[in-house]
Amino acid sequence: MSEQVSAQTTSAEGEHRARPETIRAVPVRHPGRWVAAAVIAVLLAMLVHNLATNTRWQGWIINQYLFTSQVLHGLLATLWLTVIAMVIGVFGGVILAVMRLSENPVVSASAWVYIWFFRGTPVLVQLIFWYNVAALFPTISIGVPFGPAFHTWSTTTLVTTFAASILGLGLNEAAYMSEIVRAGILSVDEGQSEAASALGMRRLLIMRRIVLPQAMRVIIPPTGNETISMLKTTSLVSVIASFDLLVSVQRIYNANYKVIPLLVVASIWYLVVTSVLTVGQYYVERHYARGSMRGLPPTPPQKFREFFVRHIGITHAAPVIPERDTGGAGS
Amino acid sequence: MTTVPTPEDGAAPEASGAGAAPAEDPRAGMATATTVPVTPMVEALEVHKSYGRVEVLKGITLKVMPGEVMCLIGPSGSGKSTFLRCINHLEKINAGRLSVDGALVGYRERGDRLHELREREVAGQRTEIGMVFQRFNLFPHMTALENITEAPIRVKREPKDAARAHARELLEKVGLGDRAGAYPNQLSGGQQQRVAIARALAMQPKLMLFDEPTSALDPELVGDVLAVMRQLADDGMTMIVVTHEMGFAREVGDAVVFMDGGVVVESGDPREVLTDPRHERTRSFLSKVL
Repeated sequence: MSEQVSAQTTSAEGEHRARPETIRAVPVRHPGRWVAAAVIAVLLAMLVHNLATNTRWQGWIINQYLFTSQVLHGLLATLWLTVIAMVIGVFGGVILAVMRLSENPVVSASAWVYIWFFRGTPVLVQLIFWYNVAALFPTISIGVPFGPAFHTWSTTTLVTTFAASILGLGLNEAAYMSEIVRAGILSVDEGQSEAASALGMRRLLIMRRIVLPQAMRVIIPPTGNETISMLKTTSLVSVIASFDLLVSVQRIYNANYKVIPLLVVASIWYLVVTSVLTVGQYYVERHYARGSMRGLPPTPPQKFREFFVRHIGITHAAPVIPERDTGGAGS
Repeated sequence: MTTVPTPEDGAAPEASGAGAAPAEDPRAGMATATTVPVTPMVEALEVHKSYGRVEVLKGITLKVMPGEVMCLIGPSGSGKSTFLRCINHLEKINAGRLSVDGALVGYRERGDRLHELREREVAGQRTEIGMVFQRFNLFPHMTALENITEAPIRVKREPKDAARAHARELLEKVGLGDRAGAYPNQLSGGQQQRVAIARALAMQPKLMLFDEPTSALDPELVGDVLAVMRQLADDGMTMIVVTHEMGFAREVGDAVVFMDGGVVVESGDPREVLTDPRHERTRSFLSKVL
């Protein structure tokens, strides 16, 4: 049989010949997969059964508190903290990364020291530090260094608990983000900056128009990670402040002792926000993948629609298809 | 072409002088008043360049006149690319003088001291010198058209519409009029290199540098790129081409310079240097590549 096949291929030189029959081989069996599936199915059934019958979960409490204004206010505060801390983190990170890559040794060293310090001490310590910063500097003033002050504020009015939370989380995040951004910048081929400078572009313009947009592909996945991590790290502010999601549920369960159901409430919200962020990250990544693949692969909704068009024959969803045309090679 | 007296005619064994304008240049008839001295487009005098302790250029002296096409040939590591990169100050030279169109590259001479130019001034000099790289170095996140319009819009502050119209003309010229919206990785190597040439031309440079423009291409795609370069030469562009394409050097080049070990070994009319080299090193190199 095999000899016959090889003889056929060698004698194929331009000869007209019949296509060999399509292979219909017996597939390899995978008993391990079946065992694993069975074990998981049993565990899952146990979990579902427990959820359905164990009254100690107190599902009705979860239901009752999921949308109370106290919890929603906490959620909103957590979201705000995350957004503002991440904005500080990202912009601070870009500035620090550019500073670290600077040719000026003073600039690069100060960025290094900043990162060394803020990465080297626990966020919790930093949060408490900013909360108590008034003990160190009772007033903050703008003026000439070592000279007269133009205006002076009391630190306690300036650094509120919210400001202290933002400072603690944002400045710490900037140190981490700067390493992510630096990795992204270094990942861009040096030929890119060379080509741009040969065209007469200057360093900042090259950074903004050529290097950073390409670095984004490397920067975004870990930044998504950091954002999700930040969402949960905000719960640390519960030691200095009293407005985030975790604190709000703590306050409720301190009053009614329904600890587990309320922790489930908080977890559900954390999971919901994380899921939304994950979807957002997918689309941002897709945006910056422009030009890096021969075409963009279809998004899950596009795949879904296409599946319907192909298998069920709903033709009015057709406009998706021509767009797929360029994307075909990429997937 | 023969308007400027070259320092030495013909016999120059150690040949640090080059740029000998060929006698039967096809464009020689275009040279107008024969008495007016023309500023060389590129003039190098004893250019040295070291990386740490390794000296890569050991005194390069050559001259390229406006409208001339000079081909730099030689084994890898001979310093051809380094010299090319010195011309637009991507590399700083350590000794000697290098000027483009009469102006020192990267420096200003005040009294007997050299002052480094500011970043803005260096960038300004570079806008007049186009460069094409071996690995194309197109911006992958921009379409072909955006690659071409980026510098005219951002650096020269051309109005967007005018820049786009000009970019389309250039794409047409390099034979890619229908690929304006394509991203670089949707183009073949030869197409990418032609976009890269169009990108450099969009700045309307007075000098074009080519750093082994066809070395990274599949053999069948080399011809398209060479055709574009030939067209450019016919249009009168001053070009310095680091290349291994001896056919191109012979047919298009007005002068050819053979470099080895950081020095110019031999230079002159390509038809003479390539067919009847005076130096043993040139001869052995040519016997390997031809």
